[in-house]
Amino acid sequence: MKVLAVDTSTMMATCAVLEDGNLLGEYSLNQKMSHSENLVPMIKEVLDSLKLHVSDIDLYGIAIGPGSFTGLRIGIATIKAFAHVFDKPIVGVSTLEGLAFNLSFNGIIIPMIDARRNRIYTGIYKWEKGNLNNILAPTIMEIDELLELLNKNYNNIIINGNAVNIYKKRIMNILGNKVNFAPIISNSCNAASIAELAILKQHKYNYGNYFNLVPDYLRESQAQRELKKKESGS
Amino acid sequence: MNNRITTLAIETSCDETSCAVLRDGREVLSNIISSQIDVHKKFGGVVPEVASRKHIENIDLIIQQALDEAKVTFEDIDLIGVTQGPGLVGALLVGISSAKAIAYALNKPLIGVNHIQGHICANYIEHKDLHPPFTCLVVSGGHTYLAYANDYIDYELIGRTRDDAAGEAFDKVARTLGLSYPGGPLIDKLSKEGNPNAIDFPRVYLNDNSYDFSFSGLKTAVLNYINNIKQKGEQIIVKDIAASFQQAVIEVLVDKTISLAKERKSNKIVMAGGVAANEGLRNLMKKRGQEEGMEILYPSRLLCTDNAAMIGSAAYFNYIKGYTSDYYLNVVPNLELK
Ligand SMILES: [Zn+2]
Repeated sequence: MKVLAVDTSTMMATCAVLEDGNLLGEYSLNQKMSHSENLVPMIKEVLDSLKLHVSDIDLYGIAIGPGSFTGLRIGIATIKAFAHVFDKPIVGVSTLEGLAFNLSFNGIIIPMIDARRNRIYTGIYKWEKGNLNNILAPTIMEIDELLELLNKNYNNIIINGNAVNIYKKRIMNILGNKVNFAPIISNSCNAASIAELAILKQHKYNYGNYFNLVPDYLRESQAQRELKKKESGS
Repeated sequence: MNNRITTLAIETSCDETSCAVLRDGREVLSNIISSQIDVHKKFGGVVPEVASRKHIENIDLIIQQALDEAKVTFEDIDLIGVTQGPGLVGALLVGISSAKAIAYALNKPLIGVNHIQGHICANYIEHKDLHPPFTCLVVSGGHTYLAYANDYIDYELIGRTRDDAAGEAFDKVARTLGLSYPGGPLIDKLSKEGNPNAIDFPRVYLNDNSYDFSFSGLKTAVLNYINNIKQKGEQIIVKDIAASFQQAVIEVLVDKTISLAKERKSNKIVMAGGVAANEGLRNLMKKRGQEEGMEILYPSRLLCTDNAAMIGSAAYFNYIKGYTSDYYLNVVPNLELK
């Protein structure tokens, strides 16, 4: 079974092809050029190099967020279209779970994605008996709030994600020797992790299909938030 | 032998998720339009992030509906057309990402289409014998362009608004008059009952030779007029304001369009865009056109609004002229007509 997975939640555009427990190819680019321009050519290049075409893919994995609203929609629109044309299943995977899955670590795993203005998208994950369990569901919070929570409750922590480099000093100051930093290879979104999670999850629940799959933004649009505020009269 | 071209077209430049299937450039097999008007109504206008979210929710459903209604499947598609711009960047990205993926998956040519050209091409769908050259006026909530079509894909942009689009002025004045969103069609309706000569709002022609437009001064004039009346404690007569405002807009639009057609010795005027559904504008253009011996054409109401069929028509004409896009195709939110 061949799986194609994509993650465009952050500046890193990444796509990977897995077949029966083997990574056949992965292509990741972390640059300012837009995902909109690059994504299909990147996928084509990986598949061409493998002498494959999208029509050979049996299952699609896609990171559904949290992350850049626009980035998420580019990845999801692309994968939904592929799955739609060939009537194939899609598994939507949390970007944070994908990040946590990059790490095999005997402690608490904290992926963090920059949500700007001192906020991060984060969650708490832990490996137990071969399963990656989610202890704190994906959420948006202030970096200081998270660090305080971690400092109070945990002693053996590893963190990864694109917010790490932004807040490294603050993290060190508060968590000191309780915290480990992920190596570069597993610090950012890897489509291979999304692909493997898609395989693991494919029969478990309903993870959406090419009609109804949408991003998990974790936040309403600013206009919606402002409207709510106005309506509640505060 | 059947060598006709079946095009799948996608349009997501603003608040309509639309997908269409066409046979060649003029025959519409399906044209599904999912309007978000009700969603944006509560915000008083289109909110880009909200529009983008709706597009990603709907896009594949709309594509499927378009295929079903046309009684075709993906395998029957020869060509993919998609709006590249102008429009809202986040909204355009949904359609373009989907279209690129479909084109690559089907291994079929991809055409990035200029939305304004699409509006003009709605006329090729409506009027089966229409051929360029002609003079064209594209007026909508986002655009006001006066152009000359030399060919199916070769346009000379001759005039444009320097501030508000014509439809934008309608919506803003409608809001000032307390009408609901979108206000343009309501002003048109009220104008039928009102007196277009009740208030002498300014007609802005800019300098003598210019084919450009300006509507922001007119909008301010309406605002000042209403404030004045209110200060005097007098009753404002909404239908008269609506009619007089509309008259001021359409007179300028018609005058400049007719004079361009005369200058080009062109006896065909083609209107397009949401405001081309305005009856006041249609009637005045027809009246003035008849006086000059010109033929006045515009699409049906549905084809005036944003829809994918017009994008499919434009994609077809670009394709047969030898233009295709590659998989690096990206959105251009400020794409110019050319
Ligand atoms: Zn339009």
